[in-house]
Amino acid sequence: MNEVIVSMQGISKSFPGVKALDDVKFKLRSGEVMALLGENGAGKSTLMKILSGVYTRDSGTMEIFGKSYGNLTPKQAQAVGVAIIHQELNMCRHLTVAENMFLGREKVKGVMLSDAQMEKEAADILGELKIDIDPRQVVGDLPVSKQQMVEIAKALSTKARVLIMDEPTSALTSREIDDLFRIIHQLKESGCGIVYISHRLEELAHIVDRVTIMRDGQYITSMNFADTTLDEIIAHMVGREIKEKFPRVHCEKGKKVFEVKHLNAGRMVRDVSFELYEGEIVGFAGLMGAGRTETTRAIFGVDPKDGGEIVLDGKRIDIHGPQDAIRAGIVLAPEDRKKDGLCTKLSIRHNIALPNLDLLCNKLGVVSQVKEDAMCDKAVQNLKIKTPNVDVDAGNLSGGNQQKVVVGKWLARDSRVVMFDEPTRGIDVAAKVEIYNLMNQLKQQGIAVMFVSSEMPEVMGIADRIIVMCDGRITGEVMAGETTQNEILTLATKFENKFAKENGEGGAHA
Amino acid sequence: MNKKSKFKQIMAIRGMGAALTAFVGLVVIYVAFGLIQPQVFSMRNILNLLRSMSKYLLIGVGQSYLLITGNIDLSIGSVVAMSAMISATLMSAGVNVLIAILVALICCLIVGLINGILVGKFQLPPFIATMGTMFVGRGVAYMVNGNRNTNAISSGIGKEAADAFQNFFYYGSTFGVYNTFWIALIIFIAFFFLLSKTRTGRHIYAIGSNVDAAKLSGVSVIATVTKAYMVSAFCAFVVGLILCAQAGMGNMEAGNVYEMYGVAAGVIGGVSPLGGTGLLLGTFAGAAVWQTLENGLSMAGAPVGIQRIVIGIIVVGAVLMDIVFRRGIGGHKAPAKAQEAKKETK
Repeated sequence: MNEVIVSMQGISKSFPGVKALDDVKFKLRSGEVMALLGENGAGKSTLMKILSGVYTRDSGTMEIFGKSYGNLTPKQAQAVGVAIIHQELNMCRHLTVAENMFLGREKVKGVMLSDAQMEKEAADILGELKIDIDPRQVVGDLPVSKQQMVEIAKALSTKARVLIMDEPTSALTSREIDDLFRIIHQLKESGCGIVYISHRLEELAHIVDRVTIMRDGQYITSMNFADTTLDEIIAHMVGREIKEKFPRVHCEKGKKVFEVKHLNAGRMVRDVSFELYEGEIVGFAGLMGAGRTETTRAIFGVDPKDGGEIVLDGKRIDIHGPQDAIRAGIVLAPEDRKKDGLCTKLSIRHNIALPNLDLLCNKLGVVSQVKEDAMCDKAVQNLKIKTPNVDVDAGNLSGGNQQKVVVGKWLARDSRVVMFDEPTRGIDVAAKVEIYNLMNQLKQQGIAVMFVSSEMPEVMGIADRIIVMCDGRITGEVMAGETTQNEILTLATKFENKFAKENGEGGAHA
Repeated sequence: MNKKSKFKQIMAIRGMGAALTAFVGLVVIYVAFGLIQPQVFSMRNILNLLRSMSKYLLIGVGQSYLLITGNIDLSIGSVVAMSAMISATLMSAGVNVLIAILVALICCLIVGLINGILVGKFQLPPFIATMGTMFVGRGVAYMVNGNRNTNAISSGIGKEAADAFQNFFYYGSTFGVYNTFWIALIIFIAFFFLLSKTRTGRHIYAIGSNVDAAKLSGVSVIATVTKAYMVSAFCAFVVGLILCAQAGMGNMEAGNVYEMYGVAAGVIGGVSPLGGTGLLLGTFAGAAVWQTLENGLSMAGAPVGIQRIVIGIIVVGAVLMDIVFRRGIGGHKAPAKAQEAKKETK
């Protein structure tokens, strides 16, 4: 017990354009639950994917059970005794539970698959874990939470001694989390080492022995969980102090422009209500998967709504699809510029013209070259898009300039509400400031600005008012001048308490 | 009681519902045509039906392997032609039958191997990769005998050997049923076994269902996809021999658009063109439905144009059913999430 079973030293890993891991070290002992913590993009998942053979490292050494390994493949890692439960469900939904559990290492008699034996063993493992699932059921027919349990059972069926769980509870209900924690305790006692990645800090106290904290692809510290506090952990996770300059423009808060009442759309948007006023930027903070993107998509009409009301300038409007939203003047600069925001293989000209063809065409549907030229010139000038001409492919621009094109196409028509979803992701500091200035311009023009961002400093630096979301609900609203990062992070991790306490909170969920 | 649970067990097999639906459709179509034209029920016609459906069955089996992995093989028709032309050219030049067949087999398997490497290893879109081999394969079939159909195979290997070859693959019968059907049936059973009872088969389903999950579980995608293309090439090879035996010579245009007949047979039988599900049993029914339609419509005196239209509608209808069925169980994303949310708030 307690000997070091995994030791990673000086691990670095780059993806094109990003240094995901920079000289990271990590140790895991047998019989302990190690929480691996950090903000989104800190590199936790990347590090664990290297350990489990999904990615290969650029440099560094890796020792598992005292043996040093170069590049592992998933299959080798499995043979060594490392199993990972991925954040995204990785099941073949057409296959049965048993078939999934034994995928890639099927039991055979001669050339024949011995389904009966696999089903029996699967049933044994499920039974041991007290998971009530028939191994012959098709995985696609199971609810997501049960699929998650199957993933866990699959990982355990490989007789893993190192078990990595990446956000295992995100899809589970309170009873299932109980079960999971019971299983984790059981494994711990049998001497397994468990790496536990979670954003739900309140869960840690139930299971965790030690924590390792990462930030921006670097190792920060590790310590005994008992010797620290949640506040200290959060401080390490957030780390940097806000030093960057955020240009702020002061405006008088004007009349109410936009109101969302009791919006519901699936699990990730639950009873969301808020208001936007002239002359202010409203920031939306939260962790990844908090439901902010889903909220913007529901408002914009991309995803269907289950209920709720949208009011613009005092008038209730119906939005059944993006075209309704655009016509009303509500527009979205989406999170994934390249996927949702731009046609990267079309020119800047065509990108800007695309949502405005109704303004540019005559009655026969012929695009007016003159109007199009004028519109594009205006956008390029106003937004300072750096390009030799407007016939350059949008995909060839830098991230910041791409973002400007996305915004430019919406500003070419009279928009009333502009929703920015992570507008500064992946662009350099100078370009970020230009985007901030752009938002400030809109604010001065009396356009309501909704600013979704996971980067706490910029939300606090740019937004006037901050709405915090967690798990599909709004969990708080704070004024930017009067709050701290810790307060926001506390609100952002205010999950509904799914882990029922020992004395049982019975119906407290309602 | 016991019977009932057995039935339930069979119905629980994925794709069984769709396959059985296709069989029911087959019976309905057959009986309907029989009522219009009683000749359809004659023993002679049944035997002919079994023989002509054999080609579609084999093509369907090969194509189903690819469809289940979520890929497609457009080169099947060309491989059929290659098989027919290569074997016929050699035989009409007097080469021993078995050697001619062996050479044709090797050439066809090479096409399958190339398909597998292009799609599995280099991850070319299967549509493009196999379209390329489709053209190349047809070109090879043209060039084998210098841009013309072959002479009668009997002119090379002699009447006796030619008769033996033609009887074995097409004209002869065993236990009262044409050999062609027996050959197709044996191959069908072998590949049925491979797909449903072996590790390779399991991997074929897994790749079609979720290629990333399969990879992360240690499944070799390259090897599995290549095997599937080899199966398809093998089936096409056999069909080429059957066509060669039927005509007694090699025809450069043999097997034209057969790959699409394969898709149709699979899809009518419930093999999802999106990958992950389907039973070869369904493909069997699909091939039979196709042949029964063709046979019935022509016996009922419908012009060829009508046959094509009906068949086209049936194929699209089958896929439409598949999609509606998928939505039914898989659920549309948002509503499924909404239901979960409701459960949770309770």
